[in-house]
Amino acid sequence: MTATAATQSTATSSRMHWLGKGIGLLVLLIGGVWMLLPLVWMLSASLMPLSEVIKIPPVWFAPAKYTVGNFSEVWFDIGFWRFSLNSAFVALTITTCQLLTSTMAGFAFARYEFPGRTVIFIVILSTLMIPFQVIMIPLFIMMAKLGLVNTYWGMIVPAIVTPFGIFLMRQFMLSVPKSLLEAGRIDGASEPYIYARIMLPLSKPAIAALTIFTFLAAWDDFLWPLIIINSKQKWTLPIAMSRFTEQYISQTHLQMAGAAVMFLPVLIVFLMMQRNFIEGVAMTGLKG
Amino acid sequence: MKRTVSRLQLREYLWAYTFLGPAFFFLLVLVVFPILFALWISLHDWSLIPRDFPWIGLANYAEAIEDTLTRKSLRNTLAYTVGVVPVGMSLALVLALIMNQDRLPMRTALRTVYFIPVITSWVAVSFVWIWMFEPHYGLVNNVLGFFGINGPKWLASPKWALAAIMLVAIWKGLGFSMVIFLAGLQGIPREFYEAAQIDGASRWARFQNITFPLLNPTIVFITVTGVIGSLQVFTPAVIMTTRQGEAGGPIDSTRVMVYHIYATAFRYNDLGFGAALAFVLFALILVITLVQLRVTQREFEYG
Repeated sequence: MTATAATQSTATSSRMHWLGKGIGLLVLLIGGVWMLLPLVWMLSASLMPLSEVIKIPPVWFAPAKYTVGNFSEVWFDIGFWRFSLNSAFVALTITTCQLLTSTMAGFAFARYEFPGRTVIFIVILSTLMIPFQVIMIPLFIMMAKLGLVNTYWGMIVPAIVTPFGIFLMRQFMLSVPKSLLEAGRIDGASEPYIYARIMLPLSKPAIAALTIFTFLAAWDDFLWPLIIINSKQKWTLPIAMSRFTEQYISQTHLQMAGAAVMFLPVLIVFLMMQRNFIEGVAMTGLKG
Repeated sequence: MKRTVSRLQLREYLWAYTFLGPAFFFLLVLVVFPILFALWISLHDWSLIPRDFPWIGLANYAEAIEDTLTRKSLRNTLAYTVGVVPVGMSLALVLALIMNQDRLPMRTALRTVYFIPVITSWVAVSFVWIWMFEPHYGLVNNVLGFFGINGPKWLASPKWALAAIMLVAIWKGLGFSMVIFLAGLQGIPREFYEAAQIDGASRWARFQNITFPLLNPTIVFITVTGVIGSLQVFTPAVIMTTRQGEAGGPIDSTRVMVYHIYATAFRYNDLGFGAALAFVLFALILVITLVQLRVTQREFEYG
């Protein structure tokens, strides 16, 4: 093969390479539009009066007619301010409880040798596979016995511990070098100190991931609140939204405003810390 | 004299149980006990109204096998899973492969865009998609109409309603699988590709012999978790199909197992049958997961 031919072939392959990359990029861009379109339309419709939303032919964007009227109706008149507070309170409490129970259990597995260590871990592993639907019926009966039906605690208690959380923290904390913990012991630090001041800071990526997963799951949870809550005072946002299928079935503009109330706070937090979000997902995927 | 444990060791045990205590206690009370309780309930004719619940043995399970509505729910749930998981995974893999190219412009921004649907709430996006699928002025049929296709009635059609929900699930889950694939792809050592390139291996050969086998754990993870999640689909199948307070329509074409369990227990007040149905779903999840792990052959490390 002569030198010229070799250069030519590299030139062709590099041109092919750029062409491939260009097509790839185009595919990603078109796909990306489809990913965002429903959400952009949701935000647009949430700002339009109903008359604009249901026009034929459809109006996708009518910035001239934008108003925050839908939001004030949803927030004040329908009571989304209350449901948002309920949702935030329940989701934050669940997240706090789960972080506490999971990190403590993970710490115990990572730091100590003790009788029953393997047996207890096997019990935890085997509960990992149990779908929530299997335990929701007995949980409801138990909550009823405890008088927790239609209370905030009734929503919170079943979620204060998950096998997934324990498992995730255990896996991560086992990878923390023991020498770092021993250093604390030599300095005469107490065990709670080693947990709070050495282990927790070293486990930040796993804690961030678990925080995100737990909060999103609690914020989005629909099935359990549907079972345990019956008074409007205690509705969370998903329950309040689900009532749109009955009372406000054709009020698209209000539905979109309600959906935006659920979506925007999460979006803002996501955009602020998306690195943690995406790395957290990738981490659980790799750690399994 | 038999030396048992030293004081120091005893101290360590105590600390271990102290740290493990809260999690393990709640796990026993809130997960392990309810499983046994659920089994007990499923063997009775149990209801929400307190009375003596008669023991009926396996009658609830026998009914589950014969009940046509249960069969229909099982069929819908399986169809949904068989549609969503492979399609979603293939799309996510293709996207991840494109995105994994060196020096691709706007990579981070695109990754963010694809991930946004993942963080949305199911209830909220279900409403958005109800209107996307609206036969007359919804976006989907308008776009189809632009290409000269006369779109179906989607959620109002027994033939297309489940497909519509599947499309939403694929849309919402795509970014999640893609990010995990990207992480998997980045874990493959570059030297493998360089060596293959020197040997003159084509792109397809490199994909077939390097990427695909080394990505196997990621593929297993995504299918297994995807199937488990899909078999438990609930929120979109309820919100997108509720008409006059009843979900799962039209003509039960979108009635899925979890809704079937929920409705049986808490709407028709048959907790015993509901619990039995939940175990049927559990068995299904367990069997399919084990078969998947067996078929994929390789050791799947849960950790």
